[in-house]
Amino acid sequence: MKLSQIAERLSLVPIVEANEPDAEVTGGYCGDLLSHVLSSARPGNLWVTIQHHTNVVAVAQVAGLSAIVIAEGRQPDEATQSRAREGGIALYSSSESTYEIAGRLHRLLSDPT
Amino acid sequence: MKLTELARVIEGTIHVGAEQTELLVDRAFAADLLSDVLALTEEQTALVTGMTNPQVMRVAEILNITAVILVRGKIPPPALLEYAEQLGVPLVSTKKTMFETCGLMYSNGVHPCRSKAVSEMQGHG
Amino acid sequence: MKYPIRAGDVEHGGSASARIKAELTAAGVDPITARRAGIVAFEGEMNLIVYSNDGGTLRVSVEPHAVYIEVEDNGPGIEDIDLAMTPGYSTAPDWATDLGFGAGMGLINMRKNSDHFEIHSHVGAGTKIQCWIHRPEPSPAKGQEGS
Repeated sequence: MKLSQIAERLSLVPIVEANEPDAEVTGGYCGDLLSHVLSSARPGNLWVTIQHHTNVVAVAQVAGLSAIVIAEGRQPDEATQSRAREGGIALYSSSESTYEIAGRLHRLLSDPT
Repeated sequence: MKLTELARVIEGTIHVGAEQTELLVDRAFAADLLSDVLALTEEQTALVTGMTNPQVMRVAEILNITAVILVRGKIPPPALLEYAEQLGVPLVSTKKTMFETCGLMYSNGVHPCRSKAVSEMQGHG
Repeated sequence: MKYPIRAGDVEHGGSASARIKAELTAAGVDPITARRAGIVAFEGEMNLIVYSNDGGTLRVSVEPHAVYIEVEDNGPGIEDIDLAMTPGYSTAPDWATDLGFGAGMGLINMRKNSDHFEIHSHVGAGTKIQCWIHRPEPSPAKGQEGS
């Protein structure tokens, strides 16, 4: 399913727009421990986390993730946003919890209808 | 859903609490960072986490967490198991990722629960 | 390529690694190797930031059959390397764990993503980690098989 379609269906608020909104999302990954993200997330995954500091962008770049969804209404600061823009990593925000976003994303990816 | 059913759905192992056959899990929260868990407002919530240090159980006790579900194939270390037994907090582990575990629980009717951070956020402009 | 990393410089944590990965890709390294190298670099970079006394250096070189990454610092040194390589074992300070670091997976991630891994460390002297990530053999004449 395309990143832009997922963002719409989950009502994700774009903070840094995706360079490739039509990119296929390969799956979802949740977690706040950066080493775990690096070791387990797959390229093209949508990452759901409450972490919103600048390092998340580097992690997403290194792991080849499609975008980061920051949960619970947390707002990434200017430095993080600008790092994301430079690195071509889309950032979205959602007021929902990691659990809820993951639940809905999982359902969407399993059954896009 | 019942704890035993939950364990089945996520292909998990119940390490502590298998005897609590009637225990219901109807709300869940997923986090790796304990500081985030501490912001939970609702009691009777299950915690889905990849953190295995004993502090997780301490937090579970303080917040009356229904059950702790360890994801990503984490094997609960002896200290965690002991603490869980002592407190009577059910502990389940699964090889599945946090994402998949949340997805399966959500599809089976386990509702999300909000943290203080969200309710506070909603008060701001 | 040589990248100096400053101790405690969390704000920039990972930026050298992201650059390394991009530069490897631009240099023609295949995506899988570039990703593995990025992960090795990231963990090495974060270790320098979180644990080193006064920073260190990340060195990367591209060889025909491998990418070589070296992470070096002058201290404090690791007392028990086997313990440090145990999953979940971490000596990370609170400020690091709050940010999601210090899960106790760093050195393991480095070893897992390397085809050859060496670590040398002495308390009081410093640590040197060397990783070789093999590049796949170049495929036969283009057009003969799909990727």
